[in-house]
Amino acid sequence: MSTDLDTLYQEIILDHYKNPHNKGLRDEFEAEVHHVNPTCGDEITLRVHLVDGQVKDVSYDARGCSISQASASVLTELVIGMPIDEAMAIHENFLTLMQSKGTIEPDEDVLEDGIAFAGVAKFPARVKCALLSWMAWKDATAQVLESNSLEKETAR
Amino acid sequence: MVGGLLPELGVLRKDFPILSRTLAGGLPLVYLDSANTSQKPQCVIDAMVDHLERHNANVARAMHQLGAESSEAFEAARDKVAAFINAPRDEVIFTKNASEALNLAANTLAWARGPLQVGEGDEVVITEMEHHSNIVPWQLLTQRTGATLRWFGLTDDGQLDLTNIDELITERTKVVALTWVSNMLGTINPVAEIARRAHEVGAIVVVDASQAAPQLPVDVTTSGADLLAFTGHKVVGPTGIGVLWGKRELLEQLPPFLGGGEMIATVEMERSTYAGIPHKFEAGTPPIVEAVGLGAAVDYLSHIGMDAIHAHEQAITAYALEGLATVPGLTVLGPLDATQRGGAISFEIDGVHPHDVAQVLDSRGIAVRAGHHCAKPAHKRFGVQSSTRMSSYLYTTPAEIDALVDGLEYTRSYFKLG
Repeated sequence: MSTDLDTLYQEIILDHYKNPHNKGLRDEFEAEVHHVNPTCGDEITLRVHLVDGQVKDVSYDARGCSISQASASVLTELVIGMPIDEAMAIHENFLTLMQSKGTIEPDEDVLEDGIAFAGVAKFPARVKCALLSWMAWKDATAQVLESNSLEKETAR
Repeated sequence: MVGGLLPELGVLRKDFPILSRTLAGGLPLVYLDSANTSQKPQCVIDAMVDHLERHNANVARAMHQLGAESSEAFEAARDKVAAFINAPRDEVIFTKNASEALNLAANTLAWARGPLQVGEGDEVVITEMEHHSNIVPWQLLTQRTGATLRWFGLTDDGQLDLTNIDELITERTKVVALTWVSNMLGTINPVAEIARRAHEVGAIVVVDASQAAPQLPVDVTTSGADLLAFTGHKVVGPTGIGVLWGKRELLEQLPPFLGGGEMIATVEMERSTYAGIPHKFEAGTPPIVEAVGLGAAVDYLSHIGMDAIHAHEQAITAYALEGLATVPGLTVLGPLDATQRGGAISFEIDGVHPHDVAQVLDSRGIAVRAGHHCAKPAHKRFGVQSSTRMSSYLYTTPAEIDALVDGLEYTRSYFKLG
């Protein structure tokens, strides 16, 4: 019984939940998004700051369960300071893990603390919780990239 | 010993096959999510299987023996539902669920002409404790007609704030729509009293009885409602069927809802005339076997007695409120007096998100609901984003409440809260 529960609530997840990293909204950003999980009402406001093809900052304000909060914290730890394309690859990797129904061994070299979410993939109802911040980040990043490319086109 | 429980509860529980199943790891099921959907007794399951095995045919349009049997079973279900709420049979309309019933009410009122017409300058009054399905249809109606949506606020202890009733319900009010029993706070509202005021100004009273019909004796003649909605699956019936009851003279004035077969008298290429009530509001092949199941369900509840079921709910609710009060850091949202409320109890635990509470409880075989329970405005009113909700029913035992309270203690220790 509690082994199943411990699969879900890894120590790493509970640590990030109690002490979230990079939390709070910071002033430098190019795009801000607000995502909600309509079934439970969990929500996140997330900002991305991209400089020269790099993820300079991801700041956020979120309300939700331990899984969604810890996931946001782990996301920011992973992607801040990364080149955008590498960050996108990590996103892809995490998404695949979450959609694997627990059949994939996570790659610690890529996902670091994110491997703790492998257990979440076995709880279909909680996958959305884990993905809330990741989807918000991808959305915000795509918005910045899109407006950048529009600007370039107009400049031409 | 807990007083007021249904007699021979252990025997009654055997009527519900699902209650004796085990979950992963051999855990017994502790089902405390009946406000979400109730479990089904064997007689409902059997009635539906028997209909499908022996009597299946379309209704009111098949000129053969099976068609006659199916039509008879479908209309007999209407009789049973009518008896359950003390209404004449032709005032009972079958819908898909309570949401569709409320949308039927709001849409036909939006389309009505003459004295029922809602337009600019008119007002529709709802309450802050409504389920989304008794908010959104009225938002749509007021947006489409140019009318204004207003609402009763809530007091800190989860009651309707009626202090401004005379400012809210005025000559401009065309519709007052409210829930009888809150699905989140559990509050039982003084529907008849509010309806009296509404009728003084000529407003129509629409009652969402989704949580009331399972728990309280419902007599539409004394309820104060002009239109009243509930759903089958919360009264031990199947999903896929709901009920809208309406006063005959009102139903006759309202325009049709969906167009199609069964709701017509004659159809010509230019125009059609419509069937009388209730068929005017039942376009297309109805949920036949679901109606049969619902008929069996309300018969089952009536056989036990709604007064006895209400007493059982109150006894379990009082016992649960006592137990929950022993859990440190737990706050109940809504009235704390069991006699003032229904069997849905929403609560918060300091330091643990409702999702996580529900997850830990689930690992012990205890099923509750976590989230906003389709009542976001009511949660917002109490400054919370979401809550955990336990909800009991006629088959709930004090031992299951004990399991919940133990589970909550375990949840606190799991998340290392003192």
